[in-house]
Formats: sequence, C-alpha cells, structure tokens
Amino acid sequence: MKRMHPAVVRIMHWTNAIAMVIMIMSGWKIYNDEVIFGFLHFPDAITLGPWAQHGLQWHFFGMWILGLNGLAYLIYGLVSGRFRRLLLPISPREVIREALAALRFRLQHADLTHYNAVQKTLYVGVILVIILQVISGLAIWKPVQFSFLTALFYDFQGARLAHFFGMVAICLFIVVHVSLALLVPKTLLAMITGGPRVDDDPAARASSAPASNM
Amino acid sequence: MSILRRPTSLFRPRRGPDQSLLTEHRALIEDIDRRKLLRGAVSLGALSMLTGCNIAEQSQVQSALRTVSSFNDWVQARIFDPNKLAPTYSVDQVVKPPRFNAYYEIEDVKPVDLASWKLELSGLIADKRPWSLDQIYAFPEQEEIIKHICVEGWDYIGQWSGPNLRQFLTRIGADLTAKYVAFHGQDDYMESIDMASALHPQTILATKYAGEPITDPFGAPLRLRTAVKLGFKNPKWVRAIEVTNTYQEGFWEKQGFNWFSGL
Repeated sequence: MKRMHPAVVRIMHWTNAIAMVIMIMSGWKIYNDEVIFGFLHFPDAITLGPWAQHGLQWHFFGMWILGLNGLAYLIYGLVSGRFRRLLLPISPREVIREALAALRFRLQHADLTHYNAVQKTLYVGVILVIILQVISGLAIWKPVQFSFLTALFYDFQGARLAHFFGMVAICLFIVVHVSLALLVPKTLLAMITGGPRVDDDPAARASSAPASNM
Repeated sequence: MSILRRPTSLFRPRRGPDQSLLTEHRALIEDIDRRKLLRGAVSLGALSMLTGCNIAEQSQVQSALRTVSSFNDWVQARIFDPNKLAPTYSVDQVVKPPRFNAYYEIEDVKPVDLASWKLELSGLIADKRPWSLDQIYAFPEQEEIIKHICVEGWDYIGQWSGPNLRQFLTRIGADLTAKYVAFHGQDDYMESIDMASALHPQTILATKYAGEPITDPFGAPLRLRTAVKLGFKNPKWVRAIEVTNTYQEGFWEKQGFNWFSGL
C-alpha cells in the first residue's frame, strides 16, 4: 500500500514551490528594470535581490531547479501513471457543474485520493502554463540561438509579454491553490505526510472509487 | 494588421525623446539627481540596519550565485552555434536615432577627438600597429540591420556598418585560437567576449549608423556591434582591442551581470 502522495512527489512539490517563489520574486525584480506596463511596478519588498543583476542571478539559478525538477516530475507523472490516474479524464460538463458548486462553497473534496473536475482542470492548466513559461523563458534568453521559439510569440517583446502573463496565471493559481489548501487543511497535511494509503491494484481502486464523482 | 507591421515593439515609442530637452533642463535634472543621491544614501544605510542580514552571509549567497552564473557561461558557450544567424530586418524598420544607453547620462558623454583617435591593438596580435580612422574607413564594410536587445528588456532595430571583426582580426594577424577579445572604451568601459562570438559573421566594428558616421552619444567613431550578444556587451567609443587568453571581467560583470550574455 502506497501513500496517496509518495515521498518523491512530495519532495518534487516542495522543491517546485521554492523554485517558483524564487522565479516569481526575481522575475518581478527583472521586470521593474524595464516595465511592460507603465502603471505596474513591483514593490522592492516583494522582489528578490537588491538590483536587477541580482534578480537575474536568482532567476538563472532558479531556472535550473524549476527546469530539472519539472522534467523529473513530468517523466514520473507520465511513467508512473499518476497523471492518467489523478488528472484524467476531464469532462467539460463536470468542470462547469463543479465550478458553480465551488462558487457557492458547496464543492466536496471528502475523498483526498480523488481530484474533482475543478482540481483536475487547475492542475493540468498550471502544468501547461509552466511548460509554456519555460518555452517563453528560453525564447527571451536565447532569441538568436532559439529564434524558432521566439518566433512562436511573434518577436522578443511578444515573448516577454507571454512570459509576463504566464507569471500572472501562475500567481492566480497559487492564490486559489493555497486558499483551498488552507480551507481544507488535511490536503496540506497530505502533501507533507503523504496522506491516506491507496491501493496499488487498479481493479481494487476502481471499485472503491466514490460514485458521487463519476 | 497595422499593429503587426509596426517596426518596433508594441510598448515602445517609435522615436526616442528629443534629446535637446536634456540639455535644456540640465540644471533641474542635476538638482533632482542630487536629491536622489541623498535619499539613496539615507535609505541604503537604513536598509542595512533594518534587515538584520549579516554581510558575510550575503556575500556567501552572492558567491554561490556567481558560481552558477559562471556555469551558465559554460552552458551558453555550448548552446552557441557559430553558424546560426540572427534575424535581420528591412531598412524601413530602422529606428533613428538609435537608443542612447550608458552607465551615465547622455549629457555626460565625452566626445572622442576624431583627429587624434587611433585604434590601439594589443595582446596575441602579430601586427600591433595602431589604425587611424581613415584606414578603418578604407577597410571593406559590412552592413547589418539587426535587433539590439538590452538586458533590461527593451530592444530596437538598428542599421550598422563597418569592418567585419573576423576579417579585421585576420588582417592584423590575431591568434584566432585565443579565448577572448576585449574591447576598451574611451569611457573606461571594458567588455570581453568569447572568440567564437567575435568570429561570428554578424559581429562587426561599426563606424556607421543608417549609412552615416556614428554620432558622439552612440560611440563615435567606432563601436562593437554583434547580433549574438546583449547590448551591454557592445562597447562604444572603442579605443583599443586586445586578444587574450586571460579572462577579464567587464564593467557590468563586476556589478553581477552574466559574462557570456549571448543571445
């Protein structure tokens, strides 16, 4: 019997959390050096590094943690079947129904081992955004060597813009994710201790899956 | 459609501000700068007391981050493809004048005396005789319309011409197997680049912008323009070129910016 969140997943989750904080806060520092929107400056108190160059140092350090950890997570998720088991399938009708329920604070998450449709959408969504963020990041870092990536975003400024909105999307995810985790503290605890034990046998799992989510 | 066809980015004005405004309001600007300096001095002092961070700890983090930055130099040198060309643009996309940028303000530019100017050569070079401006002008010219990308995040398209650096280095008998080429500016600005980038087909010693000799604020009479490095790796007002195997930290690397800074 395995834990719902095996140790390797927990380690990767918290590594990613740290990397994300480094990337976002140092990114804000870099952004401040040449703002995209005149009305938006990030206060120094929430940026990383005293000057832009230190923000860049942090960003180009954090990218290795984020990139390597993210790659390990994707490979693990695909090979172990975790993605297929926990994140798929996503039915649009369910997403709408459960999103409406969530807005009325009636969304159930009694069974930790099963993600509801809203969770699935958010998790798949943020994984895709982070992948896109790596691509736009590479497009900004190497607009000549990886000019084919930069071209995906029209040009260098397009890549900067995409990188900015990717950050916004991730920040929104973090707000929702952390709020919900705090509202249902046992989910937070599960990501620390591993959570309930789950059966490895798919047949047994299928029969024990709660009908309410089907 | 019209948005897509704009020559520069969506978020930058097509033209820079009128630079005569700066001279007109010089006194005011200097006054504001003095106030900024005072405020900066006060808040920096206050900050170091408030944070409670100990300085030794800070410098350990800093040295770790610089180690990663050196590793990133190595990675970038491996990513670098000497035959990969940067995108080029058309004449009507060229921004005139180019955008001014230096570690000081435009009114503090000290123009180079063109009559006495010579390009000094040093290091692993067979023929170290200095070059006069006329000799440089007589050298075959290469023109390129490329994007200048600043580490800050802005960019503009510029039209530069002058001797191709590889051809120039070959002519003066430079050791093309050396590791670095360093460029010393009149303004005590120095930046060194790796030999592979120096030999890239889009690396030139620019003497002209949009077909006219480069003007004082933009590096007259000669500056480096390479399509494969960030803007700050392109020193202006170049007075000496040095070919060497010794790594030298340039002006901005000393402040913590990444050395390779390849595009």
